[in-house]
Amino acid sequence: MKKIALIGNQNSGKTTTFNALTGSNQYVGNWPGVTVEKKEGRIKGHNDVILTDLPGIYSLSTYTIEERVSRSYLFDEKPDGIINLVDGSNLERNLFLTTQLLELGIPMVIAFNFNDIVERRGEKIDFEKLSRELHCNIVPISALKKTGINEVVDEILSAIDKHNAPEPIHPFSGSVEHALAHIEEAVLHNLARNKQRWYSVKLFERDEDVRQVLNLDEKTIAHIDEDIVACEKEVGDDSRSIITTERFNFISALLDRVYVKKLKVQLTPSDKIDRVVTNKWAALPIFALIIFLLYYISITTVGTLLTDWVNDTLFGEWIIPGAAGALESVGCASWLQGLLVDGIISGVGAVLGFVPQMMVLFLLLSILEECGYMSRIAFILDRVFRHFGLSGKSFIPMLIGTGCGVPGIMAARPIENESDRRMTVMTTTFMPCSAKLPIIALIAGSFFGGSAWVASSAYFIGIASVIISGIMLKKTKPFQSTPSPFVLELPNYHVPTCFAVLKTTWDRTFSFIKRATTLIMLSTIIVWFLSSFGWLNGSFTMLESEEQNVSILAYIGRAIAWIFSPLGWGEWRAAVASFTGLLAKENLVSTLGVLYGFGEVAEDGAEMWGALANAMPPVAGFSFLVFNLLCAPCFAAMGAIKREMNSPKWTAFAIAYQCVYAWVISLIIYQIGRLFIYGQFGFWTVIAFLFIAAIIFQLVRPNKYLRSLNKA
Amino acid sequence: MRTLRNLKIGHSANVVKIHGEGVLKQRIMDMGITPGAVIFVRKAAPLGDPIEVTVRGYELSLRKRDAEIIEIGEEDL
Repeated sequence: MKKIALIGNQNSGKTTTFNALTGSNQYVGNWPGVTVEKKEGRIKGHNDVILTDLPGIYSLSTYTIEERVSRSYLFDEKPDGIINLVDGSNLERNLFLTTQLLELGIPMVIAFNFNDIVERRGEKIDFEKLSRELHCNIVPISALKKTGINEVVDEILSAIDKHNAPEPIHPFSGSVEHALAHIEEAVLHNLARNKQRWYSVKLFERDEDVRQVLNLDEKTIAHIDEDIVACEKEVGDDSRSIITTERFNFISALLDRVYVKKLKVQLTPSDKIDRVVTNKWAALPIFALIIFLLYYISITTVGTLLTDWVNDTLFGEWIIPGAAGALESVGCASWLQGLLVDGIISGVGAVLGFVPQMMVLFLLLSILEECGYMSRIAFILDRVFRHFGLSGKSFIPMLIGTGCGVPGIMAARPIENESDRRMTVMTTTFMPCSAKLPIIALIAGSFFGGSAWVASSAYFIGIASVIISGIMLKKTKPFQSTPSPFVLELPNYHVPTCFAVLKTTWDRTFSFIKRATTLIMLSTIIVWFLSSFGWLNGSFTMLESEEQNVSILAYIGRAIAWIFSPLGWGEWRAAVASFTGLLAKENLVSTLGVLYGFGEVAEDGAEMWGALANAMPPVAGFSFLVFNLLCAPCFAAMGAIKREMNSPKWTAFAIAYQCVYAWVISLIIYQIGRLFIYGQFGFWTVIAFLFIAAIIFQLVRPNKYLRSLNKA
Repeated sequence: MRTLRNLKIGHSANVVKIHGEGVLKQRIMDMGITPGAVIFVRKAAPLGDPIEVTVRGYELSLRKRDAEIIEIGEEDL
């Protein structure tokens, strides 16, 4: 079994190449850094060769997660060969990584992608000469048209068979090469000649990991440091920067010899689109229009049409009555029938009802991602988001989060700055996801005559919460991390491939369906059990729906309801519903339906609007809505937070913050609302004012951690 | 010190030195912004920040705050 690594810059067409090499088509996106997961596949026609797709990186340093992942793979898993994918239309920067890979002493071939673009520009590359100077074979390929793929495989396999690792190149200036030679002589003479380079360069850069791997003692380190310091003095920069600078100098001199460039730079089609789309005046209106269309199509028109059909016709007329009839005819016990029809089928059915709406939303989002517009959104909005401790790249997670929080949270990965990323992960679920829409519909219908302002205010509160939390938290100690630059590539626009768009849509939809049929089904069974059984006249028994006030769930609800009384809805049913909302937000409506004795209810709970309106005043209803929009998301999203935070402490902090924040905001809304509408004033009103004062203080006080980045 | 931040849209200049240290400096240099490189400011985002530059034949967006650590020389025209 042979192992080959596919490695290259972001946006070099790596995912497409991986698919062409392995035959399994996977997610292709334009958002830089979309391939963070490790992907493996067997090379087509060579079942004994495994190809690993490494994350897109610019350098083999250890500054980003992606770089660390790639480096540890190359050294710990020791692949037999490397396919270095190079974006030919962006050769200078891509070869920077190549010069580092060449030093590893691993058999390697360069797959030169996008040569068609280079040719279309009227430019030409002397591959033979380039290959000679780099001591490595180069194969021009087109990942999209699948040309050159077999040649790449043949080249790398034959290089592996011949143990043909590239001979080291010498790209550095005299004084650096001198220092490197010294280091090789002093500590690396035991290694094979073509492996020495990597270590000597890394030692020159004072790389901590390599020092540890080589087990160098203090004396040796001090000895080689003399050469390094001498060199740094001569050049006038730190050693790491010297290496980077000289690599780029080597590459640009090399390209002068092998690359026939066109002098006159023409405007590409992408440039022309960008002239309009990122135009000073047109950019924001175009952006607003696109977001409006996104919602208009997925939530208001097409998506709703499909969702209504699934809810009313598929489940309402066919599946549920059909199942009930079938169970009846076989003489099924009534408790089992209750579990199956009222519990599982209608519970899961209510969730699956969203699938069409989500599919339309995910489809449109993946088109935006694929064509390259998402990166432009980050470019346009960065200035705005930065003020809230976020980055322009945070918009994409939030936008996807309005469909479903799970992929939304996952989309935070390309954000380089750790604090920005954590902040994004923490605040993404403040945006109302599509599972929260039924809650909004329920409250709007019960208390506000179905008014549209309820939904608008939900989005407004979500956005405001992101902003408020961002400003408050960025002034706290945990959110101070070492500054890392915001670097963003704006990839060329291209027409999305149908397959990639459908694949993404399906992947995201499927993960939702999987959740609906596992976690949600389980939670429905539990809630059904807890609410259908209880103690009646001293014995534990199954209850009729009008006897639910003595169910196990009712007791749990009464035990926790006091927490919510200052918010205006210290009523056990609402408390229980919020609790089951943690399993899945849309559960909340069906739970309330069951608890208010309406059995199975429509998606927006229309049957119980009257009952709910009698149970609490409108301002309490609104506070109930706000709490459930902002508090900890469903378990699936919490799982995503845990994965992305990669730290139990941060996960606990994020979820605790969300719950406390939701409680405080709902308290303020209820207490202040009560004061103004009914003139009621009490202990909790004072607390509400104290909270408001504390929030305002934290919002306006200066950031004591803010330091000047540029002392020079 | 003249930095990339001062360079007007549509103008280009040589990079002289990257100031600062650690991740900030290295990430910027890894993207090809090294002493001697020619950098051209293409445009600014609609709200004025970030800016988009051309360096080593490709386009990159940077925040103005990060552009401040990039020292540039005389403008080329």
